[in-house]
Amino acid sequence: MIPEQLVLLDGLRAGDEAAFAALVRLHGPAMLRVAQLYVRSRAVAEEVVQDAWIGVIDGVGGFEGRSSLKTWIFRILANKAKTRAVREGRTIPFSALDAGEPAVDPDRFRGPEDRYPGHWASPPAGLPEERLLESETLSLVEGEIEKLPPAQALVVTMRDVEGFDSDEVCNALDISETNQRVLLHRARSKLRNALEDYVNAA
Amino acid sequence: MRPEAELTCAEVVELVTDYLEGRLPPEERRRFDEHVSGCDGCVAYLEQMRATIATAGRLRDTDLPPELEERLLWSFRDRRSPG
Repeated sequence: MIPEQLVLLDGLRAGDEAAFAALVRLHGPAMLRVAQLYVRSRAVAEEVVQDAWIGVIDGVGGFEGRSSLKTWIFRILANKAKTRAVREGRTIPFSALDAGEPAVDPDRFRGPEDRYPGHWASPPAGLPEERLLESETLSLVEGEIEKLPPAQALVVTMRDVEGFDSDEVCNALDISETNQRVLLHRARSKLRNALEDYVNAA
Repeated sequence: MRPEAELTCAEVVELVTDYLEGRLPPEERRRFDEHVSGCDGCVAYLEQMRATIATAGRLRDTDLPPELEERLLWSFRDRRSPG
Protein backbone atom coordinates (compact mmCIF):
# COMPACT_ATOMS: atom_id res chain seq x y z
CA MET A 1 0.00 0.00 0.00
CA ILE A 2 1.28 3.49 -0.79
CA PRO A 3 2.47 5.53 2.23
CA GLU A 4 -0.24 8.19 1.82
CA GLN A 5 -2.89 5.49 2.09
CA LEU A 6 -1.26 4.07 5.20
CA VAL A 7 -1.34 7.50 6.84
CA LEU A 8 -5.04 7.85 6.01
CA LEU A 9 -5.76 4.31 7.16
CA ASP A 10 -3.98 4.89 10.48
CA GLY A 11 -5.89 8.15 10.85
CA LEU A 12 -9.18 6.44 10.10
CA ARG A 13 -8.48 3.72 12.65
CA ALA A 14 -7.50 6.32 15.24
CA GLY A 15 -10.79 8.17 14.72
CA ASP A 16 -9.08 11.19 13.12
CA GLU A 17 -11.79 13.25 11.45
CA ALA A 18 -9.35 15.01 9.11
CA ALA A 19 -8.22 11.65 7.72
CA PHE A 20 -11.82 10.60 7.21
CA ALA A 21 -12.69 13.88 5.48
CA ALA A 22 -9.64 13.52 3.22
CA LEU A 23 -10.70 10.00 2.23
CA VAL A 24 -14.24 11.15 1.53
CA ARG A 25 -12.97 13.93 -0.73
CA LEU A 26 -10.52 11.56 -2.41
CA HIS A 27 -12.94 8.73 -3.19
CA GLY A 28 -16.44 10.14 -2.66
CA PRO A 29 -16.92 11.67 -6.13
CA ALA A 30 -15.91 8.44 -7.92
CA MET A 31 -18.08 6.43 -5.53
CA LEU A 32 -21.07 8.55 -6.43
CA ARG A 33 -20.44 8.06 -10.16
CA VAL A 34 -20.15 4.30 -9.67
CA ALA A 35 -23.21 4.09 -7.39
CA GLN A 36 -25.31 5.86 -10.01
CA LEU A 37 -24.68 3.01 -12.43
CA TYR A 38 -26.41 0.60 -10.03
CA VAL A 39 -29.46 2.56 -8.87
CA ARG A 40 -32.02 4.70 -10.60
CA SER A 41 -31.75 8.06 -8.95
CA ARG A 42 -29.07 10.42 -7.83
CA ALA A 43 -30.73 10.64 -4.40
CA VAL A 44 -30.55 6.88 -3.93
CA ALA A 45 -26.96 6.86 -5.16
CA GLU A 46 -26.09 9.40 -2.47
CA GLU A 47 -27.69 7.13 0.15
CA VAL A 48 -25.64 4.23 -1.16
CA VAL A 49 -22.46 6.29 -0.80
CA GLN A 50 -23.46 7.15 2.74
CA ASP A 51 -24.18 3.47 3.57
CA ALA A 52 -20.81 2.54 2.13
CA TRP A 53 -18.93 5.05 4.31
CA ILE A 54 -20.76 3.80 7.39
CA GLY A 55 -19.63 0.32 6.37
CA VAL A 56 -16.08 1.65 6.08
CA ILE A 57 -16.18 3.30 9.51
CA ASP A 58 -17.66 0.18 11.13
CA GLY A 59 -15.41 -2.24 9.27
CA VAL A 60 -12.02 -0.54 9.35
CA GLY A 61 -11.05 -2.31 12.57
CA GLY A 62 -11.24 -5.63 10.74
CA PHE A 63 -9.58 -4.44 7.54
CA GLU A 64 -6.44 -6.51 7.14
CA GLY A 65 -4.84 -4.68 4.25
CA ARG A 66 -4.89 -7.64 1.88
CA SER A 67 -6.15 -5.27 -0.80
CA SER A 68 -5.54 -1.54 -1.02
CA LEU A 69 -7.72 0.71 1.10
CA LYS A 70 -9.26 2.12 -2.09
CA THR A 71 -10.16 -1.34 -3.40
CA TRP A 72 -11.64 -2.30 -0.04
CA ILE A 73 -13.76 0.89 0.05
CA PHE A 74 -15.07 0.29 -3.48
CA ARG A 75 -15.82 -3.33 -2.65
CA ILE A 76 -18.02 -2.15 0.19
CA LEU A 77 -19.61 0.41 -2.13
CA ALA A 78 -20.31 -2.24 -4.78
CA ASN A 79 -21.94 -4.52 -2.22
CA LYS A 80 -24.14 -1.78 -0.78
CA ALA A 81 -25.11 -0.63 -4.29
CA LYS A 82 -25.90 -4.18 -5.40
CA THR A 83 -28.14 -4.74 -2.37
CA ARG A 84 -29.94 -1.49 -3.08
CA ALA A 85 -30.32 -2.30 -6.78
CA VAL A 86 -31.85 -5.67 -5.96
CA ARG A 87 -34.28 -3.98 -3.61
CA GLU A 88 -35.24 -1.70 -6.51
CA GLY A 89 -35.91 -4.79 -8.58
CA ARG A 90 -32.77 -4.44 -10.71
CA THR A 91 -30.13 -7.06 -11.19
CA ILE A 92 -26.68 -6.44 -12.63
CA PRO A 93 -25.64 -9.57 -14.54
CA PHE A 94 -21.85 -9.77 -14.73
CA SER A 95 -21.67 -12.99 -16.67
CA ALA A 96 -20.16 -12.45 -20.11
CA LEU A 97 -20.38 -16.01 -21.31
CA ASP A 98 -22.56 -15.29 -24.34
CA ALA A 99 -20.87 -14.57 -27.64
CA GLY A 100 -21.84 -10.90 -27.54
CA GLU A 101 -22.07 -8.50 -30.44
CA PRO A 102 -19.15 -7.98 -32.80
CA ALA A 103 -16.93 -5.01 -31.93
CA VAL A 104 -17.54 -3.53 -35.38
CA ASP A 105 -20.52 -3.78 -37.75
CA PRO A 106 -19.75 -6.82 -39.99
CA ASP A 107 -20.82 -4.78 -43.04
CA ARG A 108 -17.65 -2.74 -42.71
CA PHE A 109 -15.58 -5.79 -43.68
CA ARG A 110 -15.31 -7.48 -47.07
CA GLY A 111 -17.52 -10.52 -47.52
CA PRO A 112 -16.49 -14.18 -47.96
CA GLU A 113 -16.65 -13.91 -51.78
CA ASP A 114 -14.12 -11.07 -51.80
CA ARG A 115 -10.46 -11.60 -52.60
CA TYR A 116 -9.61 -10.33 -49.07
CA PRO A 117 -12.45 -11.60 -46.89
CA GLY A 118 -12.62 -10.08 -43.40
CA HIS A 119 -10.53 -7.06 -44.38
CA TRP A 120 -11.79 -3.50 -44.14
CA ALA A 121 -14.31 -2.45 -46.78
CA SER A 122 -14.80 0.93 -45.11
CA PRO A 123 -11.77 1.46 -42.89
CA PRO A 124 -11.86 3.89 -39.98
CA ALA A 125 -10.28 7.30 -40.30
CA GLY A 126 -8.67 9.48 -37.66
CA LEU A 127 -10.64 11.12 -34.87
CA PRO A 128 -9.57 14.78 -34.93
CA GLU A 129 -8.08 15.78 -31.59
CA GLU A 130 -9.89 19.14 -31.49
CA ARG A 131 -13.27 17.42 -31.79
CA LEU A 132 -12.40 14.96 -29.02
CA LEU A 133 -11.59 17.79 -26.65
CA GLU A 134 -14.95 19.55 -27.10
CA SER A 135 -17.26 19.44 -24.11
CA GLU A 136 -20.09 18.10 -26.34
CA THR A 137 -17.91 15.09 -27.11
CA LEU A 138 -17.34 14.46 -23.42
CA SER A 139 -21.10 14.66 -22.78
CA LEU A 140 -21.67 12.21 -25.60
CA VAL A 141 -19.22 9.71 -24.07
CA GLU A 142 -20.79 10.14 -20.65
CA GLY A 143 -24.26 9.51 -22.14
CA GLU A 144 -23.06 6.49 -24.08
CA ILE A 145 -21.55 4.96 -20.94
CA GLU A 146 -24.93 5.31 -19.21
CA LYS A 147 -26.59 3.48 -22.11
CA LEU A 148 -24.31 0.44 -21.77
CA PRO A 149 -25.48 -2.66 -19.91
CA PRO A 150 -24.66 -1.89 -16.24
CA ALA A 151 -21.80 -4.39 -15.86
CA GLN A 152 -20.05 -2.96 -18.94
CA ALA A 153 -20.69 0.58 -17.75
CA LEU A 154 -19.20 -0.23 -14.36
CA VAL A 155 -16.05 -1.81 -15.73
CA VAL A 156 -15.33 0.92 -18.29
CA THR A 157 -16.11 3.65 -15.76
CA MET A 158 -13.75 2.22 -13.17
CA ARG A 159 -11.00 1.41 -15.66
CA ASP A 160 -11.07 4.30 -18.12
CA VAL A 161 -12.85 7.15 -16.33
CA GLU A 162 -11.52 6.57 -12.81
CA GLY A 163 -8.20 4.98 -13.74
CA PHE A 164 -8.43 1.77 -11.69
CA ASP A 165 -6.22 -1.08 -12.83
CA SER A 166 -7.75 -4.44 -13.73
CA ASP A 167 -6.86 -6.06 -10.37
CA GLU A 168 -8.62 -3.29 -8.50
CA VAL A 169 -11.75 -3.65 -10.63
CA CYS A 170 -11.84 -7.44 -10.35
CA ASN A 171 -11.38 -7.21 -6.62
CA ALA A 172 -13.94 -4.47 -6.04
CA LEU A 173 -16.60 -6.05 -8.27
CA ASP A 174 -15.66 -9.63 -7.38
CA ILE A 175 -15.34 -10.79 -10.99
CA SER A 176 -12.66 -12.77 -12.78
CA GLU A 177 -9.94 -11.08 -14.83
CA THR A 178 -11.26 -12.72 -18.02
CA ASN A 179 -14.79 -11.55 -17.34
CA GLN A 180 -13.54 -8.05 -16.62
CA ARG A 181 -11.64 -8.00 -19.90
CA VAL A 182 -14.64 -9.19 -21.94
CA LEU A 183 -16.87 -6.53 -20.37
CA LEU A 184 -14.21 -3.87 -20.98
CA HIS A 185 -13.85 -4.96 -24.60
CA ARG A 186 -17.56 -4.70 -25.29
CA ALA A 187 -17.85 -1.37 -23.55
CA ARG A 188 -14.85 0.22 -25.26
CA SER A 189 -15.92 -1.13 -28.66
CA LYS A 190 -19.36 0.47 -28.32
CA LEU A 191 -17.92 3.76 -27.13
CA ARG A 192 -15.51 3.82 -30.06
CA ASN A 193 -18.37 3.18 -32.48
CA ALA A 194 -20.43 5.97 -30.95
CA LEU A 195 -17.51 8.39 -31.03
CA GLU A 196 -16.71 7.58 -34.65
CA ASP A 197 -20.37 8.03 -35.69
CA TYR A 198 -20.58 11.31 -33.80
CA VAL A 199 -17.40 12.78 -35.24
CA ASN A 200 -18.22 11.64 -38.79
CA ALA A 201 -21.79 12.94 -38.66
CA ALA A 202 -20.74 16.49 -37.86
CA MET B 1 -8.28 -21.16 -37.57
CA ARG B 2 -4.90 -22.56 -38.53
CA PRO B 3 -2.15 -21.11 -36.33
CA GLU B 4 -0.17 -19.89 -39.34
CA ALA B 5 -3.16 -18.17 -40.97
CA GLU B 6 -2.96 -14.41 -41.24
CA LEU B 7 -5.33 -12.49 -39.05
CA THR B 8 -8.11 -10.61 -40.78
CA CYS B 9 -9.12 -7.07 -39.80
CA ALA B 10 -12.40 -8.47 -38.45
CA GLU B 11 -10.33 -10.68 -36.11
CA VAL B 12 -7.94 -7.90 -35.15
CA VAL B 13 -10.75 -5.65 -33.86
CA GLU B 14 -11.83 -8.43 -31.49
CA LEU B 15 -8.29 -8.80 -30.13
CA VAL B 16 -7.63 -5.10 -29.56
CA THR B 17 -8.51 -5.12 -25.86
CA ASP B 18 -6.44 -8.22 -25.14
CA TYR B 19 -3.60 -6.53 -27.04
CA LEU B 20 -3.86 -3.27 -25.11
CA GLU B 21 -4.13 -5.22 -21.84
CA GLY B 22 -0.97 -7.15 -22.66
CA ARG B 23 -2.93 -10.41 -22.55
CA LEU B 24 -2.24 -11.83 -25.99
CA PRO B 25 -0.20 -15.04 -25.94
CA PRO B 26 3.19 -14.45 -27.66
CA GLU B 27 2.28 -16.20 -30.90
CA GLU B 28 -0.97 -14.30 -31.25
CA ARG B 29 0.77 -11.07 -30.32
CA ARG B 30 3.22 -11.70 -33.14
CA ARG B 31 0.44 -12.25 -35.65
CA PHE B 32 -1.36 -9.16 -34.37
CA ASP B 33 1.75 -6.97 -34.79
CA GLU B 34 2.40 -8.49 -38.20
CA HIS B 35 -1.09 -7.66 -39.40
CA VAL B 36 -1.20 -4.14 -37.99
CA SER B 37 2.22 -3.23 -39.37
CA GLY B 38 0.83 -3.72 -42.89
CA CYS B 39 -2.72 -2.43 -42.43
CA ASP B 40 -3.57 1.29 -42.33
CA GLY B 41 -7.19 0.56 -41.42
CA CYS B 42 -6.20 -1.39 -38.32
CA VAL B 43 -3.60 1.24 -37.36
CA ALA B 44 -6.41 3.82 -37.52
CA TYR B 45 -8.69 1.53 -35.53
CA LEU B 46 -6.10 1.10 -32.80
CA GLU B 47 -5.61 4.88 -32.72
CA GLN B 48 -9.37 5.41 -32.42
CA MET B 49 -9.52 2.94 -29.56
CA ARG B 50 -6.71 4.75 -27.74
CA ALA B 51 -8.46 8.07 -28.37
CA THR B 52 -11.70 6.62 -26.97
CA ILE B 53 -9.95 5.51 -23.79
CA ALA B 54 -8.25 8.91 -23.45
CA THR B 55 -11.57 10.72 -23.95
CA ALA B 56 -13.27 8.65 -21.25
CA GLY B 57 -10.32 9.54 -19.02
CA ARG B 58 -11.08 13.24 -19.46
CA LEU B 59 -14.51 12.95 -17.81
CA ARG B 60 -14.48 14.68 -14.45
CA ASP B 61 -16.42 13.71 -11.34
CA THR B 62 -18.48 16.30 -9.57
CA ASP B 63 -17.76 16.96 -5.91
CA LEU B 64 -20.06 15.43 -3.35
CA PRO B 65 -22.83 17.83 -2.35
CA PRO B 66 -21.78 19.67 0.84
CA GLU B 67 -24.85 18.35 2.72
CA LEU B 68 -23.76 14.79 2.01
CA GLU B 69 -20.20 15.50 3.14
CA GLU B 70 -21.62 17.03 6.29
CA ARG B 71 -23.85 13.98 6.92
CA LEU B 72 -20.85 11.70 6.45
CA LEU B 73 -18.80 13.66 8.96
CA TRP B 74 -21.64 13.43 11.48
CA SER B 75 -21.84 9.67 10.95
CA PHE B 76 -18.13 9.49 11.59
CA ARG B 77 -18.35 11.53 14.81
CA ASP B 78 -21.26 9.36 16.02
CA ARG B 79 -19.52 6.11 15.36
CA ARG B 80 -15.86 6.56 16.14
CA SER B 81 -14.73 4.96 19.33
CA PRO B 82 -14.53 7.38 22.25
CA GLY B 83 -11.14 8.71 23.26
